[in-house]
Amino acid sequence: MPATLRARWNRLRFAAGQPHVMIGWLVLMLLAVVVIAPFFQMVHDTAVWQETDRRVSRDAEPGQWTAFHYDRVFSSRLSHAIFYRPLLNSLATSISISLLAMLIGGSMAWLLVRTDLPFRRALSLFAVIPYVLPSYTLALAWLDCFRNERVGGAMGIFQYLTGISSPDWLAYGYLPIVITLSLHYYPFTYLLLSGALVSVDAHLEEAGEVLGASRGRILRKITFPIVLPALLSAFILTFSRALGTFGTPYFLGAPVRYFTLAATIYTNVVNRTPAVAYISALVLILISMGIIYANQRLTASRSFVTISGKGFHHGLAPLGWVRYPALVFAGGVILLGVFIPLALLFWQTLMLYPNDYSLQNLTLHFWIGASSPELAEGESGILRNEQILGAAWNSIRLSVLVALLTGMLGILIGYAVVKGKKTWLAALVEQGSFLPYLIPSIAFGAIYLSMFTGPIGPVPALYGSFFLLATICMAKNLPFSARSGISAMLQVAGEIEEAAVMAGAGWWQRFRKILFPLTLTASLSGFILVFIATMRELSLIILLVTPNTRTLTTMTFRYVEQGYAQFADAIIVLIVLIVIAGEFLARRFGRKEPV
Amino acid sequence: MAFIELERVTKRFGGITAVEALDLAVDAGEFLTILGPSGCGKTTVLRMIAGLEIPDAGEIRIGGQTVFSAREGVIVSAGKRNVGLVFQSYALWPHMTVFENVAFGLAVRRTDRKTMDERVAEALSYMRLEDLGERYPQQLSGGQQQRVALARMLVTKPALFLMDEPLSNLDAKLRMEMRTEIKRLHRENRATTIYVTHDQNEALTLSTRIAVMKKGVLQQLAPPRIIYRKPASLFVADFVGSPTINFIQGRIDRMQGALAFHGDDVVLSLPAGPGAAGQAVVAAVRSEDIRLLIAREEGAVNAEIDSVLPAGADVILKVRKEKTVLTVRQTGEFSGEVGDPVYFQIPPEAISLYDPETGMLLSSE
Repeated sequence: MPATLRARWNRLRFAAGQPHVMIGWLVLMLLAVVVIAPFFQMVHDTAVWQETDRRVSRDAEPGQWTAFHYDRVFSSRLSHAIFYRPLLNSLATSISISLLAMLIGGSMAWLLVRTDLPFRRALSLFAVIPYVLPSYTLALAWLDCFRNERVGGAMGIFQYLTGISSPDWLAYGYLPIVITLSLHYYPFTYLLLSGALVSVDAHLEEAGEVLGASRGRILRKITFPIVLPALLSAFILTFSRALGTFGTPYFLGAPVRYFTLAATIYTNVVNRTPAVAYISALVLILISMGIIYANQRLTASRSFVTISGKGFHHGLAPLGWVRYPALVFAGGVILLGVFIPLALLFWQTLMLYPNDYSLQNLTLHFWIGASSPELAEGESGILRNEQILGAAWNSIRLSVLVALLTGMLGILIGYAVVKGKKTWLAALVEQGSFLPYLIPSIAFGAIYLSMFTGPIGPVPALYGSFFLLATICMAKNLPFSARSGISAMLQVAGEIEEAAVMAGAGWWQRFRKILFPLTLTASLSGFILVFIATMRELSLIILLVTPNTRTLTTMTFRYVEQGYAQFADAIIVLIVLIVIAGEFLARRFGRKEPV
Repeated sequence: MAFIELERVTKRFGGITAVEALDLAVDAGEFLTILGPSGCGKTTVLRMIAGLEIPDAGEIRIGGQTVFSAREGVIVSAGKRNVGLVFQSYALWPHMTVFENVAFGLAVRRTDRKTMDERVAEALSYMRLEDLGERYPQQLSGGQQQRVALARMLVTKPALFLMDEPLSNLDAKLRMEMRTEIKRLHRENRATTIYVTHDQNEALTLSTRIAVMKKGVLQQLAPPRIIYRKPASLFVADFVGSPTINFIQGRIDRMQGALAFHGDDVVLSLPAGPGAAGQAVVAAVRSEDIRLLIAREEGAVNAEIDSVLPAGADVILKVRKEKTVLTVRQTGEFSGEVGDPVYFQIPPEAISLYDPETGMLLSSE
C-alpha cells in the first residue's frame, strides 16, 4: 500500500533528521576512520610482505600474503629476544608497578581521607601532582641520581656524593622502572579509592563497631569489600597504562638492553621491521582488552550502592603514635614523587659539566646561553634555541587544538548518547568512543604508522603532518572527553532542553543558547585536562613525529638519546611549568560545577 | 468536534507497551487530569500530545489540526503545535535570569523588543513575580520557581496547557497555594488544560474530568464525583480515596425477599440493583460511609475497635468483626478505646459491587 510506504518514509526521515541521530552517525563514521580502519590496516600489514622485508628475506614479495612475520615473532630463533623476553619484562614490570602503585595509593587515600594524620589538607593538595608530571620525569631524575659511568656517560649525584659507582641493577632496568612508574601512577588508586572511601557512610562502619568488631576487623570485613571494586578498577587502569608506556622503560631499560614490549615496538620501527612492531602492538592490545573485559565482568557483579546523596558523617580514625611514621611515609611519597625529582632535574640544568655537582659548576648556559662551539656541539640554551622554541610552539598549538576538538566532540557525543537514551545507536556510540581506551598508547601510534605512511586513495600520506598528530591525540583522549561530555549532558539534556523545544527553539538555538552555555564549565575543566595530557604525551606520538612536527616531549627524548641531560631536563622543567599552570587553571574552573 | 482527539494511540519503549490503543477526547476549556500510579503511561500520553514523544500508532489532533498520524505519516514538531508545557522539575534555565527565561519563547519567535518587554512584564505580574525579573532561578524559592515556569508557559499564549506533575516537588502548604493558583489560571485564561498527577487529591480538586490509567490502558474517564462515588473497577476504587476504600469478599443471597450481601463475618443489606442471588462479588465501601454507633440498632453489626488514629479534624479507626477489618473515618471527636465494643451500619446505597473475576463494577445495564 503506497500510503503506508509514504508513512514509513516520513517516519524514517523524521527519525534520521533528529539531531542526536545525525550526530551519532557522524561520530560512528569518525570512529571508523580514526580507530577501526587503522586497526584493520595494521592487522593486514602484519600478514603481508612489506617493502622493508626485502632486506631480511629473499622470498619477500611486497603486497603478497605471508605468515613470515608471525613466524619471526612467535617461533623463530629471534623470538626469544624480540618477543618473549620483552613480553615477560612488560608483564613483570606492569604487574609490579600496579601492585606497588595500589599499595602506595591505597595507603595514601586511607591516611588522607580517613585518619587524623597531621597536615592532611596540605598533603592532599600535592598527592595527585606526580600524575600530572610527564611520566618519564622521574626516570630522568633517577638517571641524574644513579647514572653510572660504565653505561651512562657522566656519573650521577649518588656516585658524586658517596664515591660508590651505583650497580647496574640499581641504576637501570626492572627495579628503577617499577619504582619510578609506581610513584607516577599511584594517584590513580589514590583518586579512585579516596572517592570510594568518601562515599562509604561511616554508619556502616559504626554499625560494625556497635556489634563489638575490632578496628582491624571492620577495615577487613566492611570497608575493604565495599571499596574493592574501586581498587580493582585502579589496578586495571594502572596495568594498562604501564603496559603501553614507552618513555620510562626505554630511558631506564635501554642502557642495559632491558626492553619491554612497548620499547621493542619503537626499536623495531626504527630498525625498519615495522610488521614485527605491529604484531607486538597487537599482543599489547589483546592483553589490554582481555584485562579490561575481565574487570568489567568482575566489577559488574560487585558494585554496591553506597552513595545515597547527602550528609555522610565521617569518623576519623585516631592514629595514636603511628601518626608520626605515617606522616613520614605520606610526606616521603610526595617528596620522592614530586619535589626531589624536580629539584634534581632543575639542578642538573644548571650544571656546566654533567658530573660536577659543586657550586662553581653552576651556569645558566642551558637556559639562556648563546651558541658556543665548546659546549654541547654549539647548541644554544633552550630559551633561545630555535628548534626548541619551534617544538614548544608545536606542543602548545597541538595541545590547544586537541583540547578544543576533543572537548567539542565530547559534548556532541554526550548529546548523542544522552538523547538517544536506550537506542542501539546511542549504545554503539558510547561503546565506540571507549575503544581507544583499549589500545595502549604506543600501539596506537603503531596503528597510525601503518595506516598513514602511504597515500590512501586521493588522500596524500599523512605521516609527518601536524594534522595526523592532532588526530591521534584527539582519538586517544576521546574516551575521557566522551565520558565528561556524557556526564555534563546528563544534567541538561532532559527537561531543560525539552523546555526549549516547547518554546519553539530549533536545534541550533537550543545548542547555542541552552546546552552549550550549561556544559561549558564542565567542558572547560575537561579541556584543560586534555591540554595537560597532550602537552606531556610521548608514547603516543613518538612513532609519528618528524623534524617538522617535533614537540617538546620528543625533543627531550632526542636529547636523552644524545646524552645531553641538561637540555633534556631543562625541557622537562619547561613542560612541568606549563602543565602545572594548566593544572591550577583546571582546579579553578573545575570547582564551579554547572547548574 | 472535541478540541483534542487521540485515536488508538499506542507507544512502546523496547518491548514494553507504555500506552495501549488510547482513545481520548477533550473539549475546549476542559481541565482534564490524567491520574494513575507511576509507570501507568500518563506522562507518556502528555509528552505525545506535546510532541516530545512520537507514538508508534494512532492519530492525534489538536484544534482540528492533525499533529500526528501514523497512517498518513504526519509528524508536526513540538514547537509548532502551539502548546505550553510545565515540567515536573520546572526545567528553568539556570544560566538565565527570570526575565530571560520567560522571554526566551518570544525571542525564538523574533518578537520585537518592545512587545517582548511588555508581554514578559505582563506574564510576570500575572504570576506576581514583578520584582524578581533580574534574579536567577537558584535564588528563588520552590514556589517562586514554579510560578516562573508557569509564566514562561503563559507568555507565548498557547491554546493548550500541559502540566506534568507540576506540584510534586513542593511542600504540602505550598501545594495547596499553587492548586488555587492553577485553578485561577485555568479559569481566567479559558485554556484547555491537561494535567498529569499521581496525587488523587489534586485530581479531585482541580479537574472537570479525570482519566484514570493503569499499565497504559484507560480505566475510567469521568467527572471527579463519579470517579469517587462510582469507580468503574476495583483498581479505580482502590486507587482513589484516602484512606483506602474497604473491600469485603462475599456473595449475593436472597434474604426475606430482598437481596443481601453475605461476607464471611458480616451480612449487609443491598439496594435494588444489579447482581443475582448466588453470585460471588466484592463489596466496596468508603470509610466515611460507615456509621459508628454506641448502642445496638436495627441492622447494625457488632464489632470491636482495633486501632484509633486521630488525624486532626477526623479520626481514622479500624474496627474488627472476626477476621474482617474495616477502616472507618469519623468526623469530630471519638472517645472509644482499643478493645471497646462498637456497632456499625452501612447504608445500602453506599455499597458498590464488583465482579471478583473481571474487577468491573456490576451495573444494571
